[in-house]
Amino acid sequence: MTSVETRPVVDEVFLVDPSIKARRRQTVIVIISRLVLVVVGLLGWELASDRLVSAFWISSPSEIWSALLRFATNGQLLPAVWVTLAETAVGFVAGAVAGILVGVIFGVSPLIARILDPFLVALNSIPRVALIPLFILWFGIGFQTKILFAATLVFFPVFLNTFSGARDVDRDLIDVIRVMGASRVDAVRRVLIPSALVWVFAGLRMSIPFALIGAVIAEMFTSNEGLGYLIAVTANQYDTAGSFASLFVTTALGLLLTWGVSQSERRVLRWRA
Amino acid sequence: MTPILEYRDLSKVFFKGNQQIYALAHVQAEVRDGELLAIVGPSGCGKSTLLNLSAGLMVPGTGEVLYRGRPLTDVNTQVSYVTQKDNLLPWRTVEDNIALPLELGDRARLPKDERRARVTRYIELVGLGGFEKHYPSELSGGMRKRAQLARSLVYEPEVLLMDEPFGALDAQLKLVLQAQLLRMWEGTGRTLVFVTHDLVEAIALADRVIVMSSRPGRIRAVEHIELPRPRDVFTVRFAPGFGDYFERLWSALRETIDHGQGV
Ligand SMILES: Nc1ncnc2c1ncn2[C@@H]1O[C@H](COP(=O)(O)OP(=O)(O)OP(=O)(O)O)[C@@H](O)[C@H]1O
Ligand SMILES: [Mg+2]
Repeated sequence: MTSVETRPVVDEVFLVDPSIKARRRQTVIVIISRLVLVVVGLLGWELASDRLVSAFWISSPSEIWSALLRFATNGQLLPAVWVTLAETAVGFVAGAVAGILVGVIFGVSPLIARILDPFLVALNSIPRVALIPLFILWFGIGFQTKILFAATLVFFPVFLNTFSGARDVDRDLIDVIRVMGASRVDAVRRVLIPSALVWVFAGLRMSIPFALIGAVIAEMFTSNEGLGYLIAVTANQYDTAGSFASLFVTTALGLLLTWGVSQSERRVLRWRA
Repeated sequence: MTPILEYRDLSKVFFKGNQQIYALAHVQAEVRDGELLAIVGPSGCGKSTLLNLSAGLMVPGTGEVLYRGRPLTDVNTQVSYVTQKDNLLPWRTVEDNIALPLELGDRARLPKDERRARVTRYIELVGLGGFEKHYPSELSGGMRKRAQLARSLVYEPEVLLMDEPFGALDAQLKLVLQAQLLRMWEGTGRTLVFVTHDLVEAIALADRVIVMSSRPGRIRAVEHIELPRPRDVFTVRFAPGFGDYFERLWSALRETIDHGQGV
């Protein structure tokens, strides 16, 4: 006779599940390997400096570290980070909002999309850096020029992704909500935009570094403040360590911003299992 | 009395490249106010097409669809439609999906408490209590169907169109859901059009069963099912008369299938 299973479920099944254990082990391996790579890289650099290559060209981690401390203590670093961060953020938001807006309009109206398509292709093929002198002419060397330039870099990836996402929407879902009595606005708000969000976030993640690049390049051109200015000025003074230090800070800022976007993506797109 | 839905000499052709697919041919039928009409027919005979036309999501090739005597010219917002494909919004939880129809049009003006109460009631009715906060991707196929059922009932439309809602489910679950559906429908006076492959299901649920021929779909037989209500789907198949209905409808259906083989 077979007996009926009456034992309770294993509560701590996740502690013994081999697939979960294996995933955890992999995470540990990944973290350790990254640390090892960083340490080996820095150590190699330190040793190579002035032994294989002159420190004039490649500086060294220890010199970069002292340059960093110098910037931090003489009050150059924080204002520069702050200015660049503000330009990046405002430029990013401006470009992203515009990109999402135009992308949704294109997605909703194939007619408008057809009419405007060649103009956008033309705009997108302008070498963006060539616009900076014009922007300076129009807006001077202040905040506006920098955010505008960052925004032009952010706009296209976000726009193209939003447009693809809007076109990719499941027509059946639109039909279903229309039968329920949805207006066009309802359909856009409750189906088209949420459905396109997956693509929108791909565009945002892609373009957040562009916003930073835009801000830094504009700062190098206008030469008055920010991390871009710091990079340009140190390079002009043959201060390699200072250049590297400002580059590292810029990179860290880029990583931080990307992480922020990924984090909000994870929250908004929680429904994706 | 004017029928709630009427199909007048309805035909529909699809074009696939140069190929023409005749989905419906000269369909002449009506759906009566308050009845449960089942439509059976072989795969590809145009059943879903007929429902899409009833919802106003497609325009007829020739002929017309009348709703309460008036030709449909736009999406038919008097009906609710459980399509054959899953179409819960994947980014909304079960309760938010079910609340969706209550956010639209005039219904948005219902007090919030009333809306929430209705959603809760229908979640309980279809047996999804405890899964309110789950996303569709976290549900089983049967649970997704229940959620769609609740979403189509929650706003209490005049007509319910259901396209093989229990088609992909196992036999036991199917019976449970059929019973739930009947419990929710019987006595409401609403009209229900139910497409299925399953003849037993059609007879057990319906007031009338329409048999369609294989493509292009035509009406082959219409049978009034006079089994008493309320019905118990678990026992109705053993009721006297059930076998006769089955035999008559089966022979009509088999004819269309045998016939369709040569096409
Ligand atoms: N949008 C479309 N474009 C081209 N052909 C279509 C389209 N929709 C349906 N058809 C064709 O029309 C015919 C009828 O389709 P329909 O979906 O109505 O069949 P059905 O009776 O619902 O079949 P099933 O029982 O398998 O769901 C099929 O041969 C199908 O290939
Ligand atoms: Mg179908």
